[in-house]
Amino acid sequence: MMRYLPNTPAEVKEMLTAIGVGSVRDLFKCVPQNVLLKEPPALPKALSEMEIERHMAELGEKNTGAAMLSFLGGGCYRHYAPSLIDQMLIRSEFYTAYTPYQPEASQGTLRAIFEFQTMIANLFGMDVSNASMYDGATAAAEAVMMALRNDRKKRTRIVVASTLHPHYIQTLKTYLEGFAGEVVLMEFDQTTGRVADKELAKIDKNTVAVLFQYPNWFGVIEDIHAIAKAAKAVEAWLIPAVIETTALGILTAPGELGADIAVGEGQPLGIPLNYGGPGVGLFTTRNDHVRKMPGRLVGKTADREGKECFVLTLSAREQHIKREKATSNICSNQGLMALAASMYLATMGKEGLRTVALLNLKRRDCLVKALAKTKAKLAFTGPSYNEISLKLPMKADAVIEKMAAEGILAGVPASRYYPALDNILITATTELHSCADAERFATTLAKVIGG
Amino acid sequence: MSYTSNGFTDIKFHEEIIFERSRPGRCAYSLPAKDLTGVADLIPADLRRKELDLPELSEIDVVRHYTRLSTYNFSIDHTFYPLGSCTMKYNPKINEKMARLSAFTDLHPETPLDRAQGTLKMMFDLQHMLAEVSGFAEVSLNPAAGAHGEYTGLGVVRKYHQKRGDLKRKKVIIPDSAHGTNPASCAVNGFEAVVLESGPDGKICLDCLKGMLNDEVAAIMLTNPNTLGVFETDICAITKACHDAGALVYGDGANLNAIMGVARPGDMGIDVMHFNLHKTFSTPHGGGGPGSGPVGVAKHLVEFLPNPVVRKVGDRYEFALLKDSMGRVRSFYGNVGIALRAYVYLLELGKEHIAEVAEHAVLNANYIKAKLKDVYNVKYSNDTLHETVFDDSKLPNHVTTMDVAKGLIDRGYHPPTVYFPLIVHGALMVEPTETESKETMDGFIDALKDIAEKAASDPQSILNAPTKTYIKRPDETLAARKPVLKYGAEK
Repeated sequence: MMRYLPNTPAEVKEMLTAIGVGSVRDLFKCVPQNVLLKEPPALPKALSEMEIERHMAELGEKNTGAAMLSFLGGGCYRHYAPSLIDQMLIRSEFYTAYTPYQPEASQGTLRAIFEFQTMIANLFGMDVSNASMYDGATAAAEAVMMALRNDRKKRTRIVVASTLHPHYIQTLKTYLEGFAGEVVLMEFDQTTGRVADKELAKIDKNTVAVLFQYPNWFGVIEDIHAIAKAAKAVEAWLIPAVIETTALGILTAPGELGADIAVGEGQPLGIPLNYGGPGVGLFTTRNDHVRKMPGRLVGKTADREGKECFVLTLSAREQHIKREKATSNICSNQGLMALAASMYLATMGKEGLRTVALLNLKRRDCLVKALAKTKAKLAFTGPSYNEISLKLPMKADAVIEKMAAEGILAGVPASRYYPALDNILITATTELHSCADAERFATTLAKVIGG
Repeated sequence: MSYTSNGFTDIKFHEEIIFERSRPGRCAYSLPAKDLTGVADLIPADLRRKELDLPELSEIDVVRHYTRLSTYNFSIDHTFYPLGSCTMKYNPKINEKMARLSAFTDLHPETPLDRAQGTLKMMFDLQHMLAEVSGFAEVSLNPAAGAHGEYTGLGVVRKYHQKRGDLKRKKVIIPDSAHGTNPASCAVNGFEAVVLESGPDGKICLDCLKGMLNDEVAAIMLTNPNTLGVFETDICAITKACHDAGALVYGDGANLNAIMGVARPGDMGIDVMHFNLHKTFSTPHGGGGPGSGPVGVAKHLVEFLPNPVVRKVGDRYEFALLKDSMGRVRSFYGNVGIALRAYVYLLELGKEHIAEVAEHAVLNANYIKAKLKDVYNVKYSNDTLHETVFDDSKLPNHVTTMDVAKGLIDRGYHPPTVYFPLIVHGALMVEPTETESKETMDGFIDALKDIAEKAASDPQSILNAPTKTYIKRPDETLAARKPVLKYGAEK
């Protein structure tokens, strides 16, 4: 007997009798003979629980990067996750439930989503958040598609900051394959690391949407007011993306900029790295756009006895009702990760999140100061949060390799997506680093590139 | 017969919205004490936020809040959860334990590849195992959920026709029994969804399909077995007719659990299919995700898979970029943490047990059908595989499917999928999965029989259900008419 299959041979026999067939295989007579497998697929031999544990431990040993001192960021960030998050998240009532289609049997999930919507809307300074998207990149692509579908002037030019995470730009381009929409990139200023002032002129009267990230992929905080002003001047949909969401503990909220849609990634809010997924896509907008939004929404209502309760609502926007006319094809989202982000925000509260943001700033400052003794220079003059781009006297790839040999994951090479920027290294510090870690980084870097 | 419920009694604590628990000055976090005076000045004043409204709680407040909320939920670990087409099978605990090993959770997606070989090998081996199970040439783990997999698979279809210069093909044929995501995924890809009416037996009518195939059709999207749980017996003729007309066949893998280990979609002529790791491969549904929707393709479509793909070169696992890829569909490499759970599940099943999954799933569904078909109407009487669809047409006194669902809740069972597929009026779509025992199903069968009896003898008791839950039936119209989507928004 296999432990996930409870029916005993005697029970199987009873059931077959009730059905009126002689064998289980008789139930598959509807499958054409020529496609029935003669023997099961060639999977490895079944393992027992203890063999699996051993196998996974051995596999884990090959992930030598997981335990190293890491300064990797670039769209995925290592942060403090209060212990209660995983302890609560592993409650079966949450993780083995499904989409709350039956509100009477799902008030736990529904209430948690309502609170998620509230906390994310507040974090972004926006009117309303949905129940989550797959990740920040698809949230950004869906935001642009929402603008395209609903633009009264039917404009099609989408102006995107070239400092947006490359995966986000690539994902957007994929999603636009099925749409009439043209991406125009605003180049960045080689000195500031921000979108160049003159590039704002690309935001013209044909522009439907302006999409940018802050802090951007290089770690620089854009001149967000200038971008907002340029977008507002032509009434384009202003769509900021925040990937390092802990930064919103200190940085201007997208809502304060007058964003029409604001998107982001919730992974930094208490969710492990997990090699880039699962995180959680964040999608917020203004009240007047609620019925155009993609994704699920939970709303408050009352039950038959007048008691406060919560339901999935405005589902006339969604695929299971509207089919090809839906605002998106999304069905399952990242529910459990949204719950994790909610627990994080509830635990940190407003003071905690601000403290995390300040600690991140302080650690970045430690690193910048420690680097003064090396030949690495800050690549850009623009302000930053917890991530900086370093200009090295040699290729970043080579530095990364030598630093790794010393036990340090130094950062992401900009050349991964900008081959010309081959001596730029993007390095992130968070509250998990100590100033001693920053010192060790600087000392090792000095050894690698010369002090 | 006197009916006793499933032991469904519970203590419910009242719990407020978390903001109402907030008290100024409380703190639930623990951060190193540091002098942070002046640190904010590292950010220019015009880039600093004005206010931030989040609750202030102590740790026990947060813990009690979420613990209490959790008690308002039904879950698989509580009770039978026979949501049709959702494959709510048991979520093994070893999966969760392995997925929490720090060697995997602490791995950053930008780690140099030589230091991430464990995860890359897991991804490569899972791709290979999924390909073996389904009969495809290669599998991509990038898509985050089933609908995302559909989006990606249709992107592969689009790229295939584009590369051949076959630009007229803008239509995708979809049976009327299909999931709503199918037509919606077409629209997001710029395809026009064309509806194919099901035949009188609930299956695809081959001749009707042939009449619709022409040089404007890019693909057909089908689910096999379909959402009635009925296997498309003409599948090989269907795929041949499509291929002869230059169209591709997309398989919705939502119902793969019915045939896993017994037959393979790739062998039936299906060109591209998404898997739902959160259905067939036991990863948790998480209250609505995260799922994982890998896409498998036949050999002639491999070059169009989303970027990047995980390949093995010599002894090393690495990412490759395909020149004719349909593109990138998300950041990084998929819901890797979910993929890992599916990998662990397949390790435990192995070659020895893989076929038993479909066998027991199909046995259980047929058992429920046999026991209930005289009480609840079955519109399509064909042989069914892993799920079976009843309706409410035999119920007296205006008792509907919705009432049956609510009556089941009072009896300690999660209701089946209701009012889907759309081709069955008042549908009750039951998918038991292989992880349920005979006595669990007997209990469920008794509950449904009791509801049918009460519908005749005491209909009000069903119309009032549920009565044992934390809330009674909610006013959904009010929710939609005056949306309150955020705490404090109504003030």
